[in-house]
Amino acid sequence: MPDLKEITIDKEIDARGSFCPGPLMELIRGMKALPVGGVLAVLSSDPGSAKDIPAWIQKAKHEFIGAFPEQGYTRFVARKTH
Amino acid sequence: MPQHVLIVGGGVGGTIVANLLARHLEPIDAKVTLIESTGKHAYMPGWLYLPFNHEGLESDQIIRDERSLLNRHVQHIRGTVTGIDTQNRELRVHYSPGLHEIVGTGGAVEATYGYDYLVLATGARLAPEDLSGLSEANGNGGWYHFYSAEAALHLRHALQRFEGGRIVITVGGIPYRCPPAPLEFTFLLDEWLAKHDLRSKTEIQYLFPLPRVFPIESVAEAVTPLLEERHIGYTVFFNAETVDTEKQIISSLEGEEVPYDLLVLVPPHRGARVIEDSGLGDEQGWIPTDRNTLEVKGHQGIYALGDATDLPVSKSGSAAHFEAKIVAARILAAIRGEEPERDEATYDGEVMCFLETGYNKATQLVFNYEHPPRPPRPSLYYHMEKQLFNRAYWHIVPQGLV
Repeated sequence: MPDLKEITIDKEIDARGSFCPGPLMELIRGMKALPVGGVLAVLSSDPGSAKDIPAWIQKAKHEFIGAFPEQGYTRFVARKTH
Repeated sequence: MPQHVLIVGGGVGGTIVANLLARHLEPIDAKVTLIESTGKHAYMPGWLYLPFNHEGLESDQIIRDERSLLNRHVQHIRGTVTGIDTQNRELRVHYSPGLHEIVGTGGAVEATYGYDYLVLATGARLAPEDLSGLSEANGNGGWYHFYSAEAALHLRHALQRFEGGRIVITVGGIPYRCPPAPLEFTFLLDEWLAKHDLRSKTEIQYLFPLPRVFPIESVAEAVTPLLEERHIGYTVFFNAETVDTEKQIISSLEGEEVPYDLLVLVPPHRGARVIEDSGLGDEQGWIPTDRNTLEVKGHQGIYALGDATDLPVSKSGSAAHFEAKIVAARILAAIRGEEPERDEATYDGEVMCFLETGYNKATQLVFNYEHPPRPPRPSLYYHMEKQLFNRAYWHIVPQGLV
């Protein structure tokens, strides 16, 4: 996984405190609005996101940069590729 | 001086709050006013069955006069709320046609209502324009839905003309009202097609935006084998992006294209227009609401419930029903100058609903913020309970008796 400090995040969505399907839907909505090549981060405190978010990014053929654990939540980072 | 409680919306939530307050407060202590625009109360769960039964639009199983369901101490105003001024604690109301004849407004078209407590039970509205290609009239290009009585009747007529082909069922966005409804429709459709000798000529495809066929994992696990048993195809991670009603193809954000002969797509939902216009809602018009007290965030004395909120629970009559009791308990305590009782006045995310699986069977979903549902095996028992509830609703739920 790359170092988070070396990644420029274009947009960050705080979906903490929302539960399934909240963070995943926020990510999908965010990706839709982002220009191609942009990097999106979503903060989630829902344990289900660890499985759902990378799975969707793979299915939608975008680039999953990584899941970065923080205090009580995780920052999921992805790049829009098309 | 009596305190004035204004309730906006005549659905399940608004009606229960109004009736509970009117029953437990003396008119000298409080005046309870409910404002809604249609004069009618719809039992929306009844729409699910309309494509398959013979009920008419005016059937008393799906629609009744709102006034007939309200306690006589509730002042009922028929009008559209056009503005919410939280600074001056007042609402702007545009009267529905004909109202002046009923309550003697002296011919006025608009009025301002002040409040001490405000309850926003403004519900959700359908926003087909949020999905590219759906702005045309309902039924155009093979697109149907059952999220209004009229639309459900169009769908009934389309099914009566249907001779086989591919039926695609999906949702235009999340959240939408009654999460189980598209699955229930799919199961009821499978049964209906079999009874009309059309099942062998029909491919059913269920598409869903999430990584499973239902938002809650335990329910998805229970229902997926049923889809497989009945040879109903399903695709997950299908987020509808465009509908081409000319070529009859639905495309997803994930890059898939699915052609259809008949498309049953739940239109995208948004919060009420007045919520968006007044700046009280988020991007989709849902009201940021405290998950336990149901107070609108940042606004003391204003409550929100039911479909109108941004809470992570089903947008359903069931959630609105449980929430209404919490809101009523809080306002009652405040008017009486008491501390609200914790158990009665704290919402824990409780929802109880049924999921029809066809062939006279159903399962039941009971859950809250902390505990996911553990649906029992579908059986005749839960189907009968649901059918009984559909009839009993009119006599016990709006009145706040249960």
